[in-house]
Amino acid sequence: MNKLKVLVVDDEPGIRSGVSRILSRFTVDYPFMDEQISFEVLEAETGEIGLDIIDREPVDVVLLDNKLPGVQGIDMLETIRKKQPDAFITMITSHASLDVAVKATSIGAHDFVPKPFTPQELKSSLENITKHLFLKKMTRQLQKEGKQIRFQFLQVLSHELKAPINAIEGYLNMIVNKQFGDNISDYQEITERSLERLKGMRGLIMDLLDLTRFETGKNPSEPQEIDIRLLAQSAIDLHKPQAIQNDISIRLHIDCDVCIYGVPDELEIIFNNLLSNAVKYNKPNGKVDLYISCDDAAVTIVFRDTGMGIPESEMSNLFKEFFRIKTEETKGIQGSGLGLSIVKKIVDIYRGTIEVESTPGLGSVFTVQLPLSGKTTK
Amino acid sequence: MKKEKTTILVADDDADYLFQMRVMLENAGYEVLAADSQRMAEEIVEAVKPDLAILDLMMEKDDSGFILSYKIKKKYPEVPVILATAVSQETGISFGIDAEEDRSWIKADLYLEKGIRQDQLLLEIEKLLKR
Ligand SMILES: Nc1ncnc2c1ncn2[C@@H]1O[C@H](COP(=O)(O)OP(=O)(O)OP(=O)(O)O)[C@@H](O)[C@H]1O
Ligand SMILES: [Mg+2]
Repeated sequence: MNKLKVLVVDDEPGIRSGVSRILSRFTVDYPFMDEQISFEVLEAETGEIGLDIIDREPVDVVLLDNKLPGVQGIDMLETIRKKQPDAFITMITSHASLDVAVKATSIGAHDFVPKPFTPQELKSSLENITKHLFLKKMTRQLQKEGKQIRFQFLQVLSHELKAPINAIEGYLNMIVNKQFGDNISDYQEITERSLERLKGMRGLIMDLLDLTRFETGKNPSEPQEIDIRLLAQSAIDLHKPQAIQNDISIRLHIDCDVCIYGVPDELEIIFNNLLSNAVKYNKPNGKVDLYISCDDAAVTIVFRDTGMGIPESEMSNLFKEFFRIKTEETKGIQGSGLGLSIVKKIVDIYRGTIEVESTPGLGSVFTVQLPLSGKTTK
Repeated sequence: MKKEKTTILVADDDADYLFQMRVMLENAGYEVLAADSQRMAEEIVEAVKPDLAILDLMMEKDDSGFILSYKIKKKYPEVPVILATAVSQETGISFGIDAEEDRSWIKADLYLEKGIRQDQLLLEIEKLLKR
């Protein structure tokens, strides 16, 4: 795709020739694309002529005036979508009223440019469109599979599983080939690294088991009344060793004794994952505080840490499968990036909520709220 | 003897892979510049021109390798670039960079799977260096 065909449908000759002129000298290029992308403009002064062109030849982008003499722009959307589903449609409109915008996007327009527009506005709009089309091309292969999400999941999974296998295999080969001579202590470090990678892999597999359980909907244990204090305490006990190793204190502040009706394993996963993160992404001598409070309707569980925090830009990705923040600070920390995605799934099952607040460098607060539907207070 | 050692830039955020590549390439007589992030690789390339680059596809970002490759090729068009990935072809799961059409816009000379045997990799490197 080195030349994108742009069809401009507008009854104002000034707009049409303006678009032609601006785009004839405009090119877009992106990292890792070989070619520059330039534009070829087709002009149509009425909707009818526009539809004729749509019938005749493939176009990549349609710039569509909303107010036309005959057929209205908005009425053309459906036809264009049907005939050329891949075309990117941008409405040109001087009356960018909300209802037109909503209607147009609901039936297939992708974007708007307000009229009159400056050359720069047109260019940046087309830059975005080009990027969009480019990404679409990249994912088309995956979309063909029909199950893009599943597909990406497997793709990342196979990457995550192969990386440690390769590392361990490489180290074993070094040992077999006596790469560092005959002295067994010279192999200490690489054996330790292999064990560390195995540990990471085990963690990933445990996470996967947690995940598949929800996806198949099979619960290993029956739902029951669970004492939230005991739940919190046992999660804390589980993470004590790791916390002590890094001089991190964990404290429980609980101001109510309440039982929650649920599956023990599922609720444990919430506590364990959030606590494990609060410890893992903390700093030496850091603190983890676990606050539990309740009212009639819900129990609120707050995990507060004094760790490295999460940059604002990464917040939206946090609960995605396999997402991990890769920085200098997180480099040595093992994890599969599945923990939070699993927590989110469970919280959803319980019709609860999970929220994050964080200040990079200072710490993070994860707040989980679970409704006490069949609540029983002791 | 050769005039000067051939320098290979290896960029990978997997510390173990990086270490193993270094040992192997140094044993094969190459000088290795190791970078554990896209950023570090960029800094190295700013200062030195390697004779060849082996880049991991996914580092900080999923497409770090592509971007790096692009930048290296822009600065040194003649330096061969190998993109390595742990995602295997056998599983039928690939990044879609096999297709001729897709190859054309990603500027790498070779795509390799990370599990490839050492002697094979060394062979590929030699081939690219001879060109
Ligand atoms: N309390 C926290 N402080 C700072 N960063 C965090 C915190 N919790 C999560 N993160 C960031 O979010 C990412 C995703 O967390 P998640 O728990 O899903 O995965 P993980 O801890 O990497 O692996 P896993 O939990 O599956 O072993 C982490 O890699 C980390 O970068
Ligand atoms: Mg985690």
